Amino acid sequence: MSEITQEQVTHLANLARIALTPEEIVSLTSELGSIMDHVATVAEVATPDVPATSHPIPLQNVFRDDVVGQTLTAEEALAGAPDHDGSRFRVTAILGEEQ
Amino acid sequence: MAKLMDYDRALELFEPVLGFEVHIELSTKTKMFSDAPNYFGGEPNTNITPVDLGLPGSLPVVNGQAVRYAISLGLALGCSIAPTSRFARKNYFYPDLAKNYQISQSDEPIAFEGSVEVELPNGRMFTVPIERAHMEEDAGKLTHVGGATGRIQGAEYSLVDYNRAGVPLVEIVTDIIYGAEADAPELAKAYVSTIRDIVVGLGISEARMERGNLRCDANISLRRRTPEGEPPAPLGTRTETKNVNSLRSVERAIRYEIQRQAAILDDGGTITQETRHWHEDTGETSAGRPKSDADDYRYFPEPDLLPVVPSAELIEELRAALPEAPAARRRRLKAEWNFTDLEFQDLTNSGLVNEVIDTVAAGASPAAARKWWTGEIARTANAQGVDATTLVTPLQVAQLVALVDDGTLTDRLARQVLEGVIAGEGTPQQVVDARGLAVVSDDGALIAAIDEALQSQPDVLAKIRDGKVQAAGAVIGAVMKAMKGQADAARVRELVLERATALPE
Repeated sequence: MSEITQEQVTHLANLARIALTPEEIVSLTSELGSIMDHVATVAEVATPDVPATSHPIPLQNVFRDDVVGQTLTAEEALAGAPDHDGSRFRVTAILGEEQ
Repeated sequence: MAKLMDYDRALELFEPVLGFEVHIELSTKTKMFSDAPNYFGGEPNTNITPVDLGLPGSLPVVNGQAVRYAISLGLALGCSIAPTSRFARKNYFYPDLAKNYQISQSDEPIAFEGSVEVELPNGRMFTVPIERAHMEEDAGKLTHVGGATGRIQGAEYSLVDYNRAGVPLVEIVTDIIYGAEADAPELAKAYVSTIRDIVVGLGISEARMERGNLRCDANISLRRRTPEGEPPAPLGTRTETKNVNSLRSVERAIRYEIQRQAAILDDGGTITQETRHWHEDTGETSAGRPKSDADDYRYFPEPDLLPVVPSAELIEELRAALPEAPAARRRRLKAEWNFTDLEFQDLTNSGLVNEVIDTVAAGASPAAARKWWTGEIARTANAQGVDATTLVTPLQVAQLVALVDDGTLTDRLARQVLEGVIAGEGTPQQVVDARGLAVVSDDGALIAAIDEALQSQPDVLAKIRDGKVQAAGAVIGAVMKAMKGQADAARVRELVLERATALPE
């Protein structure tokens, strides 16, 4: 059985900016635990000589030449924006700090 | 105003422990993961593609040139290049990136475990250990509107320009740096300056700090000293100072933090682990964001990008093309030019090494090139409040030196010619011609002036004839004055002594 706790679920929800009710926290703790257990079966067959996979297709070194292509116009860029001011996106006041 | 402890006292009580994160914007033509122009400025939100906005359906593709630049930089930092390196998502909620994550590298950076040799102004050599250098994308530019100061606090809303979003960055992270001691502020400056020299030498970044091409976050903590024989105290809590965008600020910010933290610790207080913002105007840091849960970035491998597996051939090709390391280059130049430690440090501190190199390449002697750049030119630059390199070119200085060497100009005249060159009157030769500044080398004209001076000062003439040659000074002075300084004093002296005996009684 996995060791997912309600505190961890609350923490993750907070990091992901998802508001959860107390009931949802209880149910998600159990569901996430089941998922973790399910995934953990992979660990049973994993050996040190099998590298972790981060991509399903075994490709590497796919690069682009350093050549300028087509850009968006400011109007196109802002077309889906809820709000803008001139050619800049306008967002609500941000609490906290730049990263 | 925070309470500060005297710097020397702080160093008696505590050992400063440092760490730096330097971000370098690469000067590729396009962005890290999109083919938008790598150009920040101009009309907001015009140098962007759907990838830079994180629009649905858009996919990033790695810029091959940025990878080559990152490998070159890693090699120049003495790092190992990872056989396999991956990108990762760093998740955070802040609108400087539209995706709600930054593509970075986490536990598989392109370069790791190197070191950089740094020379301090006092001549001390210091090896800065490098933990890693990794690739990532820059964020967009936010402008906070409303509130008193234009800063985040009190802002009503923010405006976002994504032109800078996706610009290729390499972040260089040092290991913990011990042993800098009282040189900590100078080390910080010398380290960032050396990194700048390296990336400029590689030609991979404009490296203009004032434009944000090169940015330094300085971590510092203080460790209380323990009496000999006792185990060392544990490391102190660190602060991370951001927004230091000049070499001078890096040095000042470290000094300030040492004094501030020492005062708090000595009063029995504790240091809060937080980011601090450097204020260039007041020379202080102020508290920023405390470290918190929000720093849990939930890194995971970027599923839209493939591993970077550089071939040994590519790495060796880039290694072979590396320029000389700055510290090694300085050692070589110092020996080649035959400068004393002090002379070379003066030159290094003036930031004019490249100008002297170019002036020597244009034909001047190293000593003369150094003398003009760190002397008259630096003084003029200082007085005008401009960069010395904007006043004259190395070629012009070499031409000036040549005119002194061939006897056309004395040092005094050369300074006037330099003034003319700086004023935009043309090449040194053109200034000499236009201002009529050349040394009078026509002995006939000199002899006429000398004869006149001797005859008008018969007492001096008599003394010289009596063998009191030091009396000649008065005549030499009169002749130099008559020649408006445009004569070689040594030649005048020779001729005065000659004429004193040649003239009829």
